[in-house]
Amino acid sequence: MSDTLLGIFSWDFIGSVIRVTTPILLAAMGALVANLAGSPNIALEGTMLMSAFIGVIVSGFTQNLWLALFAGVLSGITMSLVLAFFALKMKTDIILAAIALNIFSTGGTIFFLSTLTGDKGSSASVNSLVFPNIDLPLIKDIPVLGEILSGHHIITYVAIVLIFVMQYVLYHTPLGLRIRAVGENPDAAESVGISVNKTRLIALIISGTLTSLGGLFLSMGYVSWFARDMTAGRGFIALAAQALGGVSAFGVALGALLFGFAEALSYSLQFLKVPYEFTQSLPFIITIAVLAFYAYIRLPQNVKRRGAQSGETRNGRLFQRVWEYFSRRAGIRKGVDS
Amino acid sequence: MKEMHSDTGVSILEMRDIWKVYPNGVIANANVDIQVRKGEIHALLGENGAGKTTLMKILFGFEHPSSGKILYDGKEVAIASPHKAIAMGIGMVHQHFMLVPSLTVAENVLLGMEPKKGLSVGMAKAFEIVRQAGNQYGLSVPVEKKIEDISVGMRQRVEIIKTLVRGANLIILDEPTAVLTPQETVELFKALRILVDRGKTVIFITHKLNEVKQIADRITVLRKGHVVGTAEVKDMTQVEMSRMMVGRDVEMVIEKKPAVVGPELLCVKKLHYVREDKVAVLNGVSFSVRAGEILGIAGVEGNGQTELVQIITGLLSPSKGDIAVNEKVMRRLNPKTARKSGMSHIPSDRMVRGVALESTVEENVISDRYFKKPFSAYGIQSPRKITRFTKGLIDQFDIRVDSSKRSVKMLSGGNIQKVVVAREFTAGAKIIIADQPTRGIDVGASDFIRRQLVEERDQGVGVLLISADLTELLEVSDRILVLYRGEVVAHFDEVEGLTEETLGEYMLGIKRMSEDDLKGYSQETATDKEGMER
Repeated sequence: MSDTLLGIFSWDFIGSVIRVTTPILLAAMGALVANLAGSPNIALEGTMLMSAFIGVIVSGFTQNLWLALFAGVLSGITMSLVLAFFALKMKTDIILAAIALNIFSTGGTIFFLSTLTGDKGSSASVNSLVFPNIDLPLIKDIPVLGEILSGHHIITYVAIVLIFVMQYVLYHTPLGLRIRAVGENPDAAESVGISVNKTRLIALIISGTLTSLGGLFLSMGYVSWFARDMTAGRGFIALAAQALGGVSAFGVALGALLFGFAEALSYSLQFLKVPYEFTQSLPFIITIAVLAFYAYIRLPQNVKRRGAQSGETRNGRLFQRVWEYFSRRAGIRKGVDS
Repeated sequence: MKEMHSDTGVSILEMRDIWKVYPNGVIANANVDIQVRKGEIHALLGENGAGKTTLMKILFGFEHPSSGKILYDGKEVAIASPHKAIAMGIGMVHQHFMLVPSLTVAENVLLGMEPKKGLSVGMAKAFEIVRQAGNQYGLSVPVEKKIEDISVGMRQRVEIIKTLVRGANLIILDEPTAVLTPQETVELFKALRILVDRGKTVIFITHKLNEVKQIADRITVLRKGHVVGTAEVKDMTQVEMSRMMVGRDVEMVIEKKPAVVGPELLCVKKLHYVREDKVAVLNGVSFSVRAGEILGIAGVEGNGQTELVQIITGLLSPSKGDIAVNEKVMRRLNPKTARKSGMSHIPSDRMVRGVALESTVEENVISDRYFKKPFSAYGIQSPRKITRFTKGLIDQFDIRVDSSKRSVKMLSGGNIQKVVVAREFTAGAKIIIADQPTRGIDVGASDFIRRQLVEERDQGVGVLLISADLTELLEVSDRILVLYRGEVVAHFDEVEGLTEETLGEYMLGIKRMSEDDLKGYSQETATDKEGMER
């Protein structure tokens, strides 16, 4: 028992956290750029699923990794273009359009999978290639650190580089400035001749591209096949990670890491005698718990202390006291004590 | 001071026979001719709904005229979009600023035309460009600060610089002084003079006559979509202008009987409010409103008035402090208990809190009493009684609408406000909280609402009036408090002899009454500070 416990928090575990964080991170950055532009993309789930599927099929039939990459990313961009067409041009509600895309992806991938392979469950019969793992020269020879940092999937490294690239693009380039301006006050942007729709279209395309890489990682890195619904809610968890991480790419990366940790934990716990159903639901329980906690600490003090103004409270209310205790210790209390 | 410039007579802009008819048949502009000379400040004067804004939207490319010609610099032009207007050298400072709050001044100014350094935005260069542009026209701005951290007057400067760096020669300002203090207005007018001296032309949209008199060279007056006339300002008196604007003589002074003050109706005690971002918006504000008086609250917008009103009306819970109505401390204050205790509320944002835009006039005027007799019996509405009641209000409050079943969004701003006022004044309230009751509405409607306020006060109602319009405050109030950074910094128990300039000095924090003078209004004692830290 203690051996397995130890196993959970081993160096391997850290590696596994990095691995499972990768797709969430990519999609979360996709969520970030779309959100900043004021055109939230909740079609991340469907986009990931679609590019995971297209990547495997193209690689299986062409045996060409580059073509698979190209097709996978293109499918992600296509999803974004469809969303942009409905939301920006036809002025439908962007959330509804995205929900439709998500449902389409679930059904569509299964339909094409069974049409192409005769199997409705997975693409096991398709002999797909995978993107390679990379050993980092020099670093791989460092003990411990080498084990953690080296030997990861190429898309993982790309994702890490993209954190910095996205931070730079969003906060240091004219494009980033325009994306943020359009998201915060579209009228202001429009009044100086910036096309709101064009900027949002660009943001959605970037969002689709990033997210499609996450999808490709799932089916051509993590494993080497496509299975129905294999994204398993990661697109939505990415939205949560973005909400938690705020408006900087670094924050979003931290948010993604938290959910990656939760997911990796759920795999490790399967080796213990924890019920399978519980470990499976763990990442989602953590998602809800973290979001609720986060929303709570952001509440204004006087909403938390409803009724305090009439002087009757401040006694009783166990939860509130516990909260105040912890928040004081954590130094995150908001409100009157500033 | 109003000497004409040498190039008088050369027109930079001519709009000829402009018509704007909307698909629903509303005629916003009819046969409008306007000619603006190079290097002048041209005021466009008119009541709300007179068609000023529509005309300027046409000029700036937001809207397209149904027919008519526009000549800019002597050439006929078609202005398809704001982008085109900017390219031609027309700039517009909108009433609601077109700025991105979380971006810096420089970023806002140069948005869409950012200087580059490699792939990045060249920040140092951006700061320099904006600083230079500002200095050139006497408009210094803190280029590195975020918009959300600077004052409204500053933001307006940023907007003006925005048009200048884009090469504007003709600058349209849409009611620029609506949000400014008297001192800021003076600053703005100085800046406008400099602009004109440097060869720019300014179109100034307003409905304030004293400003026209102060700053404009010529005026064009619009009424109901038509041009009433164009004239040299120096040849006209304010009364003449107002007659052109309204088409009748508006009595400018409200006759007021001395206040007959009764018992204390509303008492605010040591009110504190700390916003989500830890900014203390209200710092121990105390005052009371008695029956039969109007207490005015002056202050630059954003000094705690909004929160104060929201707390009093139960929309927001204070961090500390009490509200007492009829000498009873309200423990669970929410809009419903506030109304039950005899309070009525004219909110500042009528479109958001005042009315339900999609609903009819009838539905809006009974929205606080729909469940009461005679409007409802045994849970069923009585449509005929509601209609009869609403028609009564439409007559009494002079709401211009052809049917009580018309949805409120079809009405003009002034008439929407009258719907709100009709409801709030007939609720049988003992206390009326009037938050910017006449903002953005025309002279006629404003005058009407002010008179109603005074009448209510004569009936023994206690009125709390929050207003950015100092003329209004001085005219209507019996007592005045000045709010600055969430504190009462001055109180005047006598309004007679008080001037806008004096109020302005307190509003801007230049002056502050001594602690002794403020006893009972501002409570910054040691015990309270301790309380804050707890």
